[in-house]
Amino acid sequence: MAPQHSDAPRETGTQLVKRGLADMLKGGVIMDVVDPEQARIAEDAGAIAVMALERVPSDIRRDGGVARMSDPEMIEGIKAVTTVPVMAKARIGHFAEAQILQSLGVDYIDESEVLTPADEAHHIDKWAFTTPFVCGATNLGEALRRISEGACMIRSKGEAGTGNVVEAVRHLRSILGDIRRIGTADPAELFDWAKRLQAPLPLVQEIAETGTLPVPMFCAGGIATPADAALVMQLGAQAVFVGSGIFKSSDPSRMARAIVEATANYTDPDILAKVSRGLGEAMPGLEIGSLDTKLAERGW
Amino acid sequence: MSPAIGILALQGAVDLHARALARLGVDAVEVRRPAQLDTVDALVLPGGESSAISKLLVLNSLFDPLRERLRAGMPAFGTCAGMILLATGVLDGRTDQRSFAAIDIDVRRNAFGRQNDSFETELEVAGVDGPTVHAVFIRAPVVERVGPGVEVLATVDGDRAVACRQGAVIVTSFHPELSDDLRLHELFLAGVAA
Repeated sequence: MAPQHSDAPRETGTQLVKRGLADMLKGGVIMDVVDPEQARIAEDAGAIAVMALERVPSDIRRDGGVARMSDPEMIEGIKAVTTVPVMAKARIGHFAEAQILQSLGVDYIDESEVLTPADEAHHIDKWAFTTPFVCGATNLGEALRRISEGACMIRSKGEAGTGNVVEAVRHLRSILGDIRRIGTADPAELFDWAKRLQAPLPLVQEIAETGTLPVPMFCAGGIATPADAALVMQLGAQAVFVGSGIFKSSDPSRMARAIVEATANYTDPDILAKVSRGLGEAMPGLEIGSLDTKLAERGW
Repeated sequence: MSPAIGILALQGAVDLHARALARLGVDAVEVRRPAQLDTVDALVLPGGESSAISKLLVLNSLFDPLRERLRAGMPAFGTCAGMILLATGVLDGRTDQRSFAAIDIDVRRNAFGRQNDSFETELEVAGVDGPTVHAVFIRAPVVERVGPGVEVLATVDGDRAVACRQGAVIVTSFHPELSDDLRLHELFLAGVAA
């Protein structure tokens, strides 16, 4: 058989291409890194992508002040040493930061509540970009509003920088629980669901038909151990973001590898027991009740 | 009894391959452990991050048994990262990255650029009848060397191979599991049955 030649036109930046990269990240761990050395450690441990930012969330929480997009030079430095996708954060509503990140050629933009919001009413119009976006959500309505703005991946927000998984669990259960309930609703009830969720009706109808979110759904905010990763994966997350949990632990390299193994083998307690042994200290955790600022409340 | 089809389920778009196979009436088995590999007659290696999957294959003690099965002629279908894992040589990979040499090709990772260069297009694929295949390339690899005995099934830019077959092993740079076109999965299943 002769090889076939194709010179058909190419389309970039389509929804299929943008959501497709999120599909390829499923079952993996995306790690926050603040410099090329951490990026190397993350990739050595099996990270499927890295999130380039200047300070991990627990430091942002400690330092206070306004948290902004990272310096392009720092993002370039991380891109130069990694072979896996590189993500970076823009402030909520700050489309100029997102334009800069797209120009830098990052693979995914996180419109993130971890940074200080730039707009108190509007999120970025994500349809206007070739680079795909991930956005956080605490409930299904928020997730669907972000998807209607063009987000191609949703992550449950959790409470970043706390090392406390309780908020991540709350948000995942809320989103996935409502998806299950919509799956059993009759067509007339979907109008009420759309109204209560403050979400577009066609997206609610799509969930009723397919039983899933239209885009991949990952989990972030408070994951600090391999067991935490296995917990959220069993609850229905399709991949995990780990922020402070790796580089604020006493042995980042081992913790990173252990969380990667736990995420891949999340239903196998024997492997989870093996990889959880002798990891040293996990990051110091914070009680949610003791927080001055709840990052998850940012976004509308 | 119809052959048992497995999907390597360490990382990547496992669910989308399972959905494509289910549409063809195949109930695929997820393979993470050597014991699960023993139960399947053929294996799909999905898209994902080849460097991470390579690491997990070693950590889960799956690399050596899977290499033995492939050497013994087990049919396999690799898309994107799966193509990299089945290749003989990997260019622009990590130095610790391993591959199975189940098909005599060298593959360059991320050969089309970063995510902003990811694209969809229409492809003529040898062995697939009817209209062109709608192909989705995500940070895709390309075949840079084709060994004797390897059939090139599709190319882009004139001569860059993006789909190949050698014996019962089929690889594609693109993701048939992302589109609704099931014909490459059918081509793989036909090879398994043969």
